[in-house]
Amino acid sequence: MPLLAADNLSLERGGRQLFRDLSFKVFPGQLVQIEGANGAGKTSLIRILAGLSRYGYEGRVSRSGAMLYLGHHSAVKALLTPRENLAWHVSGEADFSDRDIEHALARVGLYGYEDVPSHALSAGQHRRVNLARLYLSQSPLWILDEPYTAIDVTGVGELETLFAQHARAGGAVLLTSHQAMAVDYPVSRLDLTAGIAS
Amino acid sequence: MNAPSTPQFCLRLLRRQLVLAIRRPIEIGNPLLFFAMVVALFPLGLGPAPDKLADFAPGILWIIALLSNLLTSDSVFRSDYDDGSLEQLLLSPQPLYLSVLSYIGAHWLVTGLLLALVSPLFAVMLNLPAAGIAALFASLLLGTAVLSLVGGIGAALTVGLKRGGMLISLLILPLYMPVLIFGSAAVKAAVIGAPAAPYLAILGAMLSLAIALAPVAAAAGLRISVDA
Repeated sequence: MPLLAADNLSLERGGRQLFRDLSFKVFPGQLVQIEGANGAGKTSLIRILAGLSRYGYEGRVSRSGAMLYLGHHSAVKALLTPRENLAWHVSGEADFSDRDIEHALARVGLYGYEDVPSHALSAGQHRRVNLARLYLSQSPLWILDEPYTAIDVTGVGELETLFAQHARAGGAVLLTSHQAMAVDYPVSRLDLTAGIAS
Repeated sequence: MNAPSTPQFCLRLLRRQLVLAIRRPIEIGNPLLFFAMVVALFPLGLGPAPDKLADFAPGILWIIALLSNLLTSDSVFRSDYDDGSLEQLLLSPQPLYLSVLSYIGAHWLVTGLLLALVSPLFAVMLNLPAAGIAALFASLLLGTAVLSLVGGIGAALTVGLKRGGMLISLLILPLYMPVLIFGSAAVKAAVIGAPAAPYLAILGAMLSLAIALAPVAAAAGLRISVDA
């Protein structure tokens, strides 16, 4: 049973056909990287798959099970501390214990920053607060739009390991990125310029 | 780790919004300051004759309450839209109707409720007879809640626009009118010694209707704004 199925997706923006009759399925254990040049429609596709764009495209998307979506914006409130940001997160997925939150923040390198107001953190650290949600997540399907933005080289490596772990544990990760993934796990590529999944 | 129950989640949202508001006290203070400034303008414009001011006081107080609410309603969803929290809220498994109601409730607690609490002070500044003060407080308490709910619809529809301020006024001011009519009528009735309860009852009915319908409209507005 696929976690995500896209059926004949077509999208036209500003008179340009971004993709046409795009069909694919994402099964548990799959790591899928969506590639394409700037403006190829990666974010548009991601937003359709996540269910944020509901109109203006053709085709069908079906998802089974819970999903975690991380978009371009970090959804981190500058006026709240990293701990509050995670504990009171608007996504309302789960009740996290203080220990889980501290553990997740430590995993993204924010140990000691739990109770610092987020406006005192750098842009990369904001992203990391948001990425801490991955360590807390129970959702099988992760849909991530440019998760590596503003993240340093070691951070990217840790994320790739996490994605592989998640896929091995029966989850699936669908992400957009311009960097080739250097991970010891088979990565399926979806090239939007070509319009075919490999 | 279990998913939070819906009431728990709504209380958490409410707490989050209140903490955010309290950490930016200027946003709470601004509407009150605006209220005080405009109240101070009227004696200058109309002349300081106490009985003339007393005549106009119910209408003046209610119009300023309405305008100060209009000033702040734009901001209900704005920062959450800008930083991407709104997308996460829309994808949440929790019912959006109640989430939106929590946002608007938090907005009312830091604007309408505060305004109603300090309104007796402003009433005295405009020489409103003491008989009208209780009615002013009660009508503001009910009326500003309706204003916040209706304002939430406008805020949800215009949150995707860079400068939604003018458009939101055009969208929601017509819907504010009934509240103004019955709100100021309640105060006027109390001043002349007539019962204010019927007007308050109508405001209460408007509030019930707004609680039932406004979050639905605001939730739909948010989905459209995030989609665009």
